[in-house]
Amino acid sequence: MTVTPPTPDTVAYPQDRTCPYHPPASYDPLRSARPLSRVSLFDGRTVWVVTGQSTARDLLVDPRLSTDRQNRAFPMPTERIASVRNRRIALLGVDDPEHNAQRRMLIPSFTLKRITALRPRIQETVDRLLDAMAEQGPPAELVSAFALPVPSMVICALLGVPYADHDFFEEQSRRLLRGPAVVDTEEARVQLDSYFGELIDRKRRDPGDGLLDELIRRGQGDGSVRAPDREELISLATVLLVAGHETTANMISLGTFTLLRHPDRLAELRSADALLPSAVEELLRFLSIADGILRVATEDIEVAGETILADDGVIFSTSILNRDGDTYTAPDSLDWHRPSRHHLAFGYGVHQCLGQNLARAEMEIALRSLFARFPGLRLAAPPEEIPFKPGDTIQGMLELPVTW
Amino acid sequence: MREAQTVRIRIDKDRCVGAGMCALTAPSVFTQDDDGFSELIEGRDDGAGDPLVREAARACPVRAITVADA
Repeated sequence: MTVTPPTPDTVAYPQDRTCPYHPPASYDPLRSARPLSRVSLFDGRTVWVVTGQSTARDLLVDPRLSTDRQNRAFPMPTERIASVRNRRIALLGVDDPEHNAQRRMLIPSFTLKRITALRPRIQETVDRLLDAMAEQGPPAELVSAFALPVPSMVICALLGVPYADHDFFEEQSRRLLRGPAVVDTEEARVQLDSYFGELIDRKRRDPGDGLLDELIRRGQGDGSVRAPDREELISLATVLLVAGHETTANMISLGTFTLLRHPDRLAELRSADALLPSAVEELLRFLSIADGILRVATEDIEVAGETILADDGVIFSTSILNRDGDTYTAPDSLDWHRPSRHHLAFGYGVHQCLGQNLARAEMEIALRSLFARFPGLRLAAPPEEIPFKPGDTIQGMLELPVTW
Repeated sequence: MREAQTVRIRIDKDRCVGAGMCALTAPSVFTQDDDGFSELIEGRDDGAGDPLVREAARACPVRAITVADA
């Protein structure tokens, strides 16, 4: 591992945002140093940060960059993530060919056709939650009343996880991703392992019709198709459940906050429903809630006049990449008339988000229905007083008090 | 008047990871088969003059789609 001590002007990564929808101003030196720069991590290590979109695309398809967290040289952004590094994480923590074999078992459940077929069910879920909000309010706390339960209910139905257990897994998922203490992350890991272990054993005796049931059934056939063993099933279930609700919940809460802070844009969106898919795409680019894609080099890589050495850590900062001034005109303004389709909010390469079309459908339906149901929706607290998440996790609102 | 451009499209199915970006970007030309892999819609394998075909190739996260002038 190259040990380059951080110089006094090396930017620390990650840092908290000062406005929930803009990258921190302290990243400005990184934004102007395209396409590659250096950042320092909590443990004092200096790693590469990729800040230019075209270089990022080339590197994210390069098999010499590994996502294997068990590699001792893998960069760790926080102490609590470092504490669970010995656990294999399905999909996002494994390289091909193992990753490819896992992903191929799941792709059929996330095709555009399957997601389109789910839309009426997503709409029903959204409508039911909005009915409850209307009955109990105004005001409402939008994260707990709407932004979190929408994707949570949808992913539960898709996987075959009982939504009745949502208090438990939402809490464990929060501890897993946000700690705050190292022990939170470690305990959440143990709790989720034992929860999914029991659920899988129960499903073996009494199968349902979710994706987890389908994966279990694969293992009960004649052995002609690849089937996950119990440990792999637990890891897949955890990744799909956590990734399936935390991310979209944050996009709904932060997306709503951002639109309410851009009233002219919101007014345009209300008057032209056809703009919604582009608006969702632009919000994905603009908000870039999953900021740091982490990799480690397994060989030397020559790129953009630099050499990334074997065992160097590499971070792709999506919030910087998605505001690359060479790719976007006026990158810091929210504008869905721009071609924003090629953003990197879902990543790029073989690990690009498996559930991206589900996320798009949920965001479209949730935002359209929320603003249609409550035309007078507004913040119920001064915007600068509304708490949002720290920089070392997926970005989003901690709370979102609204009224109408 | 210039005729709609005819192109030759190739999909490397071994490389495809089923992200669905092609079917999302140019739904008149691309779809996904039952296994989730990218597939050309029957009769549209010349791109059907759709200008979004090249966009779809560019959107593919694993560069599995190539578009050449026919």
